[in-house]
Amino acid sequence: MANDKIDLTVEPGEIHALLGENGAGKSTLMNVLYGLLQPDDGEIVVDGTVMSFKSPRDAIAAGIGMVHQHFMLVPVFTVAENVMLGHEQTSGGPVGFLDRRRARRELIEVSRRYGLDVDPDAIVEDLPVGVQQRVEIVKALTRQVDLLILDEPTAALTPQEIDELLAVMRTLEESGKSIVFITHKLKEVKAIADRITVIRRGRTVETTTPDASEEQLAALMVGRSVILKVDKDRARPGDTVLEVTGLTVYDERGHRAVDGVDFEVRAGEVLGVAGVQGNGQTELVEAIMGLRPPRTGTVRVAGRDVTGARTKDILHSGVGYIPEDRSVDGLVRDFTVAENLVLDVYDRPPYGSGLRLNPDAITAGATETIQRFDVRTRSAEAPVSTLSGGNQQKVIVAREMSRPLKLLVAAQPTRGVDVGSIEFIHAQVIAERDSGAGVLLVSSELDEVMSVADRVAVMYRGKILAIVSPDTPREDIGLLMAGVSPDE
Amino acid sequence: MSEGAGAAAPGPERSGGKAPPEAPRERATHRAGSEPTFLQRFLRNIWSANTVTVTVLAIVLAMVIGAILIIVSDPEVLAAFGYFFAAPGSALRESWAVVSDAYANLLKGAIVDPAAVQGAINGTNSWELVFQSISETLTYAAPLIFTGLAVALAFRGGLFNIGAQGQAILGAIGAGVLGFALNLPLLLHMIVALIGAVFAGALWGFVPGYLKARTGAHEVITTIMLNYVALLFLSWLIIQEGIQDPGRSDAISKPVDSDSYLIDLPGPSLRANLGMVFGVLACAGVAWLLGRSTFGFELRAVGSNPDAARTAGMSVTRTYVLTMVVSGALAGLGGAALVLGTAHNLTVLVVGQIGFNGILVALLGRAKPWGVLLAALLFGALQAGGNRMQSYSGISVELVTVLQALIVLFIAAPAFVKTIFQLRAARAARLETSLAKGW
Amino acid sequence: MSTATIEELEATEQRALLTKARVTGAILILAGAFSAIAFGALATGQDARFTLSEDAAGAALTVHGTTGAIVFGVIAAGAGAALILGVAKRWYLWLLGIGVVAILLSFLCWQISSAPPGLNYMPLIDIARGTFNAALPLIFGALGGVLCERSGVINVAIEGQLLMGAFAGALVGTLAASAWAGLAAAAVGGLLISLLLAFFAIRYLVDQVVLGIVLNLFAVGLTGFLYERLMQTNQAQYNQPVGFPVWRIPVLADIPVIGPVLFEASIFLYLALAAVVIIHIGLFRTRWGLRTRAVGEHPTAADTVGVRVRGTRYRNVLLGGVVAGVGGAFYTLALVSQFTKNMIGGKGFIALAAMIFGRWSPTGALFAALFFGFADKLATYLGAISSPIPSQFLNMLPYLATILAVAGLVGRVRAPAADGKPYVKG
Repeated sequence: MANDKIDLTVEPGEIHALLGENGAGKSTLMNVLYGLLQPDDGEIVVDGTVMSFKSPRDAIAAGIGMVHQHFMLVPVFTVAENVMLGHEQTSGGPVGFLDRRRARRELIEVSRRYGLDVDPDAIVEDLPVGVQQRVEIVKALTRQVDLLILDEPTAALTPQEIDELLAVMRTLEESGKSIVFITHKLKEVKAIADRITVIRRGRTVETTTPDASEEQLAALMVGRSVILKVDKDRARPGDTVLEVTGLTVYDERGHRAVDGVDFEVRAGEVLGVAGVQGNGQTELVEAIMGLRPPRTGTVRVAGRDVTGARTKDILHSGVGYIPEDRSVDGLVRDFTVAENLVLDVYDRPPYGSGLRLNPDAITAGATETIQRFDVRTRSAEAPVSTLSGGNQQKVIVAREMSRPLKLLVAAQPTRGVDVGSIEFIHAQVIAERDSGAGVLLVSSELDEVMSVADRVAVMYRGKILAIVSPDTPREDIGLLMAGVSPDE
Repeated sequence: MSEGAGAAAPGPERSGGKAPPEAPRERATHRAGSEPTFLQRFLRNIWSANTVTVTVLAIVLAMVIGAILIIVSDPEVLAAFGYFFAAPGSALRESWAVVSDAYANLLKGAIVDPAAVQGAINGTNSWELVFQSISETLTYAAPLIFTGLAVALAFRGGLFNIGAQGQAILGAIGAGVLGFALNLPLLLHMIVALIGAVFAGALWGFVPGYLKARTGAHEVITTIMLNYVALLFLSWLIIQEGIQDPGRSDAISKPVDSDSYLIDLPGPSLRANLGMVFGVLACAGVAWLLGRSTFGFELRAVGSNPDAARTAGMSVTRTYVLTMVVSGALAGLGGAALVLGTAHNLTVLVVGQIGFNGILVALLGRAKPWGVLLAALLFGALQAGGNRMQSYSGISVELVTVLQALIVLFIAAPAFVKTIFQLRAARAARLETSLAKGW
Repeated sequence: MSTATIEELEATEQRALLTKARVTGAILILAGAFSAIAFGALATGQDARFTLSEDAAGAALTVHGTTGAIVFGVIAAGAGAALILGVAKRWYLWLLGIGVVAILLSFLCWQISSAPPGLNYMPLIDIARGTFNAALPLIFGALGGVLCERSGVINVAIEGQLLMGAFAGALVGTLAASAWAGLAAAAVGGLLISLLLAFFAIRYLVDQVVLGIVLNLFAVGLTGFLYERLMQTNQAQYNQPVGFPVWRIPVLADIPVIGPVLFEASIFLYLALAAVVIIHIGLFRTRWGLRTRAVGEHPTAADTVGVRVRGTRYRNVLLGGVVAGVGGAFYTLALVSQFTKNMIGGKGFIALAAMIFGRWSPTGALFAALFFGFADKLATYLGAISSPIPSQFLNMLPYLATILAVAGLVGRVRAPAADGKPYVKG
């Protein structure tokens, strides 16, 4: 259940922040409000009238506008074209010649009024993210919205762009508009919100004001819930198995996703990387695994420089990799469980050599592995798509841990996995650690990091803010995750 | 489409911010069924039960539309419909007569003519006549097996090889030129010519594969263009000195040496030749390649999920290139089968439409080797039967093209067949073409 | 930092362009030098005459064979040098164009001057007219494709649409003894294929490339079948359509060169040019065009602002079929006055190539079609003057050019972003 009896009230002319971690249910709530999802229960009341939104058109008609995290802009169109799409000003009767001049005038007028500087003739895909966002806001404003929903608006913005956005929000508020803005960032919330509703695990925790301290907010957000205690001995760290120095990685859009990161992982320990999704963890892991070339910096595995090496070589030199999105790059959907279990070793004996493949060996090996890792499946020959999410993840875990590893890189290893499998996977990770491998565990689930890791690094906007012990109070780590540097 | 069975995650479900949360899977998990018998598994391996139904019905629907076309274009029947309200029975009777005559000849031409059997028993005609229909079917099917396999293999690898036509032309050129340029003993000459075809076809597959790997150029566009380049090259080649038949003034090459022929059945009217045998061997070969070779493993992984393949360390681009090379080689063999098997020289139209028909065959065969074999036989049967239908019933053989196109159209849209025939909602067999969408 | 990023992007772009310009420049210099030397050497002392009339006599631009070959080659090299020396983006295309044309002229100087005596002239009017005739069906086909694909549906079935149009035009043109009726029927013929394309692609999500191939074969089979059943046996009753006459516009047709070409032609030329203009204006200046393009680039975004994605796609696909069908009628109602089996002979795929080469824009399609038409006509012409260059290789030009375009060697060609992706809500 993504939203569990959530109550939310927004007054006119206020900025209402919706604060919560990933998966807390914020986006689901907003998608319902914008007509993209249908609620199972409850009601939406706008200006005293009960409403039901079957599609975004209904929401727009009711005066609600939304700026999604992933923009709904046509990249090759100009700003003006994007803004007028759907409610174009036309002349010439039925032919519908676009009245670009009038559209431009309106656009400029709106953008001036709210302090949103946009060039109507710029092509959207050439614009930096911050400006694209402004276009989305202008798009909503030209449709006479009274309530504007901003979904994680500062996720991809630079500090200056964030300040500009906050200024815009204040202007909008002054002119009577209401804003709901969804975020996990405490500083912004305290800087701009009039009221703050904290959501955790699909429920409203509390509605409070920015007078609350950052520590209090972090505590509400992250909670004192039951931490899944993992049974483990003390770590016995040995030699360095992974050394990352000065690593800088850029993403597809040309932004610096990883910004000069240094850390090391030793054999026999688990280094956890905590942080909200989207702060560079994905790119960091991809760079280490050879799937994305770093701009600068080095990656060393057991002393060998593997910066920019081929993924196959990195894997075969004793590195295991659990990718963060199993359906996209972890498993081949049409393959059987057995085939997926040899996805990175199929060309090595006994599974295959030269051109020949040895399906019998693959099946035999798979049967044994399935048993060892308690993968619930009909048979080794079953299509992997018939397995539950947890068991699919176990297949990937089993695959990587069936060979001798010096280093295990696990990204979001228990995402979308049932509790029983989570426990199992955690136990396997610890076992791998105890058998001498080093583990780099990247997870946006703070519980997981704190219970499994021996040291916790917190990543925020491409940098590692601090590396702390897992005994550090949750609230402090929460602060780090939300961008509050330890020296503040 | 997966047989989506999976446990909905109980308890606190973890869902990340980036990927959408696990869509709750339908119902509970693992089917505790009895182990399927060998026969069941055998049938399932060739065709799942549901696919058979859709295929059969697609054929039926196509034949119905074909029948309508026959009726609509027959002046006499139309005339009968002219006074439909006066004598409705007459119009219907005439329609039925024309259609059944046509389709009966289709069957007779494809499989066997009972009259010929009778005659052979009586002694009024030779036994050869009895086998002629099957022989024709096999003759037409053989090249289609190769081109069908070529396209099917590419499909499995995530590529859409529309260039089978051009690759077949190159293969025909390779086999043909070696066929008349060299002078080697029987069988050896044939093998050398076939090898030539393999290389020529492989080359024509390599080009689009390499372009895709290097520049991302979509193989649909490049292969279509190369088809025509190949055709133009062929039309130029066969009128060149040294290639053109010196005794003829039209665009035809020298005839290939008889030592390079694909040996055919005894009897002047039985054209079925070794090509069919090689086709079956190729089928087995491709099945082996796909299921029991490391390359096949990579090909299937890349075809199903290139991202996962890449993450597991495979080289996606290299696999694309190799897949196109093998695909091209197979299509080249199809062209060779025509030149060395029946045509015995090169003309502009020597390759006919086997490249395009190969695409249809691959789709009909659901991109599985043995499915392709059966589909090729079906198409071969339609072609052979169509010839007889034209000679005996006067129905243009073009109708066969229409039927073939319609059958594949309906196969590609099984939901449509389902609606028309009000089939029970079973898992509609989705075409196993995880093709790259768009250009 | 945000502004820095834009500048950074622009700088990288400039650098990339500069490298591209340099590479092109280098190629041009080499090609130009090659032309000057090789064609110059091969050219004879005979004059190369580009006549303005339809035959050897009359006014002509005369160029000495060898001199012309060398001079034009040098011009091409010059254009290449200019590119290498680094030049603003604006001039890139112009210089490239000059270079290409110069090489062509150098080539022609060689060819024409080497023609058998008495045949050393190129009748420009004939060439121009032939170019347009060859280009017309390509224009219609490419426009039909543009309409379709701009809204996000791949159309490989242009060949089939042209064929159905040709057939329907011939059939109804004969039965109704009217060219206009034939034209209307041709539109319907193309529409029929479009209907199947739209229905199966949008409703049943069949892969659009597969669908196009299948529909092409279907059209070939259907028209072939009906031809044999109806027309072959009874040409007079079914296959002697009344064609469109050539219209001559009084004053304008007297302008030298372009007059006889542009103002003395069948209705199809005017329809084609009008279609290019109308569709261009439509796509880029009307609400319909904006929504169409939005649906083809980012259907989700369009949906969230209220544009009906599927309806737009249906409409555009059908419209595309109509245009392509009309193009097919050109064959049977203007070019030759009867239908023969498979008479499109692959031109539908050249039209597809023209659409791609023309970057999915109507004017681009026009120029690409003219370019391909010119290559076609040139091949015929060279054959007539017994040139050693085989016509088949010239005929390969459109296909090779498209391959180069798609491989990014002649600049990036980008299809509409959502082309070929069926839109499924949510």
